Amino acid sequence: MPASPDAVYLDHAATTPMPSAVREAYLEALGLIGNPSSIHTHGQAARDLLETGREQVAASLGVDPVEVVFTGGGTEAVNLAIKGTFWSRNLGGRVATVGSVSRPRILTTRAEHHATLDAVDWLVRHEGAEVDWIDVDAVGRLSLASLEQALARDPESIALVTALWANNEVGTLQPVAEIVRLAHAAGVPVHLDAIAAYGAVPIDVHTVGADLVSVSAHKIGGPVGIGALVVARTATVEPLIHGGNQQRARSGTQDAAGAAAFGVAAGLPHDTTALAALRDRLIAGLLELPGVVLRGDPDPAGRLPGNVHVTFAGCDGDALLYLLDRAGFSVSTGSACQAGVAEVSHVLLAMGVPTEEARGALRFTLGPDTTPGAIDALLAVLPGLLERARSASVSR
Amino acid sequence: MSGGVDSAVAAARAVDAGHDVVGVHLALSRQRGTLRTGSRGCCTIEDAMDARRAANLLGIPFYVWDFSERFAEDVVEDFVAEYSAGRTPNPCLRCNEKIKFAALMEKALALGFDAVATGHYADIRIGSDGSRELHRAATWAKDQSYVLGVLTADQLAHAMFPLGATPSKDEVRAEAAARGLTVAQKPDSHDICFIPDGDTRGWLAERVGMEEGAILDRTGERIGTHPGAVAFTVGQRKGLDIGFPAADGKPRFVLEVRPKTNEVVVGPREALAIAELAGSRISWAGNPPADPATPFDCEVQVRAHGDPVPATARVEGGELVVTLAEPLLGVAPGQSAVLYVGTRVLGQCTIDRTVSAVTTLAG
Repeated sequence: MPASPDAVYLDHAATTPMPSAVREAYLEALGLIGNPSSIHTHGQAARDLLETGREQVAASLGVDPVEVVFTGGGTEAVNLAIKGTFWSRNLGGRVATVGSVSRPRILTTRAEHHATLDAVDWLVRHEGAEVDWIDVDAVGRLSLASLEQALARDPESIALVTALWANNEVGTLQPVAEIVRLAHAAGVPVHLDAIAAYGAVPIDVHTVGADLVSVSAHKIGGPVGIGALVVARTATVEPLIHGGNQQRARSGTQDAAGAAAFGVAAGLPHDTTALAALRDRLIAGLLELPGVVLRGDPDPAGRLPGNVHVTFAGCDGDALLYLLDRAGFSVSTGSACQAGVAEVSHVLLAMGVPTEEARGALRFTLGPDTTPGAIDALLAVLPGLLERARSASVSR
Repeated sequence: MSGGVDSAVAAARAVDAGHDVVGVHLALSRQRGTLRTGSRGCCTIEDAMDARRAANLLGIPFYVWDFSERFAEDVVEDFVAEYSAGRTPNPCLRCNEKIKFAALMEKALALGFDAVATGHYADIRIGSDGSRELHRAATWAKDQSYVLGVLTADQLAHAMFPLGATPSKDEVRAEAAARGLTVAQKPDSHDICFIPDGDTRGWLAERVGMEEGAILDRTGERIGTHPGAVAFTVGQRKGLDIGFPAADGKPRFVLEVRPKTNEVVVGPREALAIAELAGSRISWAGNPPADPATPFDCEVQVRAHGDPVPATARVEGGELVVTLAEPLLGVAPGQSAVLYVGTRVLGQCTIDRTVSAVTTLAG
């Protein structure tokens, strides 16, 4: 069933519409023939598109083009960063043998995206990794004190630190510069998952000094199916995918059209001031409703400009999501997951939110197409829908 | 929408009838399998995908609603508790009673829906006084009125069974194919959905302590050893492993399960014959009899696919007491006794006790 043209899209953290400039660049690039690895003129033209895109993405991240490895998306970038670093730090590219894991420890939090949690879990189950869970506070921010403690304990046994630049569910910005400083002081490399933060806050990787940074094109208006991992000149990762060595840490024919579109999206200006104003308008309106608690950082400077995450007391988030959807508002209970079941948010649980309260979570993520009128329309229908959703939630 | 052909066609018919239909798939398990295996189970991610594709094709919105906690408490834990008490539960009936026509229905009504439509084979008709009645499906072989017998008038008021008047399952499959539904030839689901490999005994053994105990004959003499009484069901013949035949050479059947003493009592088939049964948790599927205390003629069915037998029933001391016109075999406490008058479901109770039709005792 297609969405109504009047429906209001407030799930930009899931994916965001492709602006016309990106769409035009993408379509034009799709019309060209040529594999960027080919030597002939067709190949060279494709290579030009690809490298232009890489330069634009690199510029948007404050890194050199040679540090940008295109991937099949954000999840692949995160997997390459975590597994690739774990392998290079432990095995140096050699075949794994018992006892060959000298740096088994991965430092991360329970509030990471599933791309990180599942990649780490896989390393634990298959490769002898161990996890040190770093605390997050009540607003979802990584505890530097907890990180410092973990780093101080036998730093030689740590493979890497992996953390978010901004939390994808509750929008809390993370102390990335301090995370990198502490880890580097202990001689440990850092991966930052900047997928949610990209396009919303400045990502200056060289200034922050991170070794690895993951981003995804479709979260900033580029196509789905391409992402990038920044691999600093000084970092080494074992590839996940072998066959042709087209890039530093990834094989496979490079997606020139995807890179071209990604590059255009990366170069677009983002009016985050206007977005933050809309966000604050929505937050203020929500907090006037009974039983609404803002999750994440209440300080506007500490959260993503397009992120509003609240819990509605005594209400199942999925019941309210259903009613909002039928009223023409697309929102989210948090991360989308397999088979469409809304799980209680692991991020909220990591922040210490009780399960009963976490059930009432909804995330509204705003984007460039969000209008003040849409926010007001949402706030106008919410009180009635909330009451109805609450009456549908009492039977639990 | 389970992802099967029946609920897909039921949804299609509800759309055709002009209703504003929303497809809902129930997530009932936290640890869902990825793929369906044969005809086992019904709650894999593949099934959820099938349901979603059917809804897409019908052009209706689709949501997955998570009732896994309620299902665990009201159906799975009840199933374990009933077996642990030596009784034989019917989880499908309990799911209809507690989940599909309770938790789901309450949520749906609160969200503004008027009814829950399912792909069950049963019929709702309007009686002479204008009230709703539950009837057997037109296709007797697929009739599921037994597992719906637990529904009350309030639940029937908000239930729809669009397949009820369909003459055969083949017709439903043909209709699904004609509508382009990809699930048209999907196998029927059998067995208990939360025991996907069909090994009920093994599944129970993981959840309740199984300890070896005595198999007794009707005189109380120990004639064998069983791996755990709770895995046995009254009327069961297989899996006794006694090792020597009865004196008369006839096969032995489970006559009684005694969980407290971990004993299983066995005897010949004829000793299973029941003359009367009585139960609690009485419900009436629509208007109750005018005077339930006065014996009334009906038929009683004690299994989903059992034949109904003539009986008279009455409510006495809070129990529904059913006197059988002819002896009935394989009646176990925990089963539902569903009363019919013709095709109409009158009501039901959960069987608590039975009175044997056999008066003489012999090993």
